[in-house]
Amino acid sequence: MGNSDRTPEASQGDSRSGESRLRRVLEAGQFAVTAELSTPDSADPQDVFANAAKLGGVCDGINATDGSGANCHMSSVACCALMARAGYEPVLQISCRDRNRIAIQGDLLGAAALGVRNVLCLTGDDVSAGDQPEARRVFDFDALQLLRTAEIMRDRGVLLSGRKLTTPPAYFLGAAANPFVPPRDLRHLRLAKKIEAGAQFIQTQYCFDVPVLEAFMRRARDMGLHGNVHLLVGVGPLRSERAAEFMRRRVPGVHIPDAIVERLAKTPRKSKREEGIRICVEIIEQVKQIEGVRGVHIMAYRQEETVPEIVERAGLLREKPTV
Amino acid sequence: MTTFAESKRMPGSEWLKDRPRLLEAVYRGSEAGLRLLYPVLRRVLPAGWTERVFVWTEEVSKGYLFNCQMCGQCILHSTGMTCPMNCPKNLRNGPCGGVRQNGNCEVIPDMPCVWVQAWRRDAQMERYSGEILLLQRPVNRALQDSSAWLNLLEGVDAQGPPGWSAIELE
Repeated sequence: MGNSDRTPEASQGDSRSGESRLRRVLEAGQFAVTAELSTPDSADPQDVFANAAKLGGVCDGINATDGSGANCHMSSVACCALMARAGYEPVLQISCRDRNRIAIQGDLLGAAALGVRNVLCLTGDDVSAGDQPEARRVFDFDALQLLRTAEIMRDRGVLLSGRKLTTPPAYFLGAAANPFVPPRDLRHLRLAKKIEAGAQFIQTQYCFDVPVLEAFMRRARDMGLHGNVHLLVGVGPLRSERAAEFMRRRVPGVHIPDAIVERLAKTPRKSKREEGIRICVEIIEQVKQIEGVRGVHIMAYRQEETVPEIVERAGLLREKPTV
Repeated sequence: MTTFAESKRMPGSEWLKDRPRLLEAVYRGSEAGLRLLYPVLRRVLPAGWTERVFVWTEEVSKGYLFNCQMCGQCILHSTGMTCPMNCPKNLRNGPCGGVRQNGNCEVIPDMPCVWVQAWRRDAQMERYSGEILLLQRPVNRALQDSSAWLNLLEGVDAQGPPGWSAIELE
């Protein structure tokens, strides 16, 4: 590779064509699969390509996290640009934690110029969750203001200041939802607010508690929200009960019922990994039955290699490109 | 793990904060009173003093009642009479997804989530109940430490950022 600009062969079509492929899959009514890329602690593009290669064959979109858990990794804009160049379908995660409105609007333009067509607008984990808790927290925007600003840039062709853009970005806009934390009985209202602010797709926090999701979806359906947004449920394999405990304790907003932790604890050490994958597949099969769920978002942090197996065992494999 | 600045967490009155209906009535009364008082104050007081009086009064009264952070653009009546600037992430459209299972804040584990309280109190309000569903525009950081009352009466920043207002007016 040396210092040349060559990138690996694209496993899919050309991402530089104008439109979001993830959007096309969802609008065609297909059950979508997206996955999270572990952004590398590295300056080598090959590390991004290697991770993306594990996911590209089975996913309709690959999310690059923006300093997830307030830990520094390669930037999401760079990871997405590299993925777009290699023909993958990146989903750019932007959080409000690290940048003010000037930087965020600049990144929204830059990422679009680099071929990114999907953006997930997030509030972001607090700096205290990460390994540099002494950092300044920014939160100039909140997630909804970020969403609306991206929508304004796309649809009105202006920056927040009112200054005109000669070429506005064409984004498929997404937001997160976490039905699993308080106030659970009101979380659907926040979903409604995000849709109003411009969300076209939703990726939820990890779902380990299907009844809670069902209740959330029922309330969302009562408001007619399921028809206005493509909702993808977050899932992921747990390596062990220790990993589950760690996530409960250290990753903000993750709810794992005791039953799942106990199930992993009872499993012999050698088969824990397999059991975690089995639980993940079971959850996918359950959420797939819920009206209004349009896909899954698989977050297999530092175990991307399990994603193709999960997709296959959950019966979600289909011929690609699909549309 | 860093803790959020203790100085920003004044005790306030929990008893009063849990009476949003009463606070709502006080809010409406004080708005009407200020509209009457403002022209008089401006005529009587030397230049610059009106603002000083307003800022001081706000710091003391709203500081005690709501742990007011003096953002200069009060939306209390739209957030269940709960000051959103007490949220360590400064969310104006909260809550975030990091709320703990016991309803406490992700950043300050022993503090109840501002937004869980705000949504609960909003439901108890009378006139402004439901305003919590409004999409709040980005904070004008240039107004920090100025008087929200004065900004309201003088129509400072009534429009918000030009790009944002364009879409609001549609």
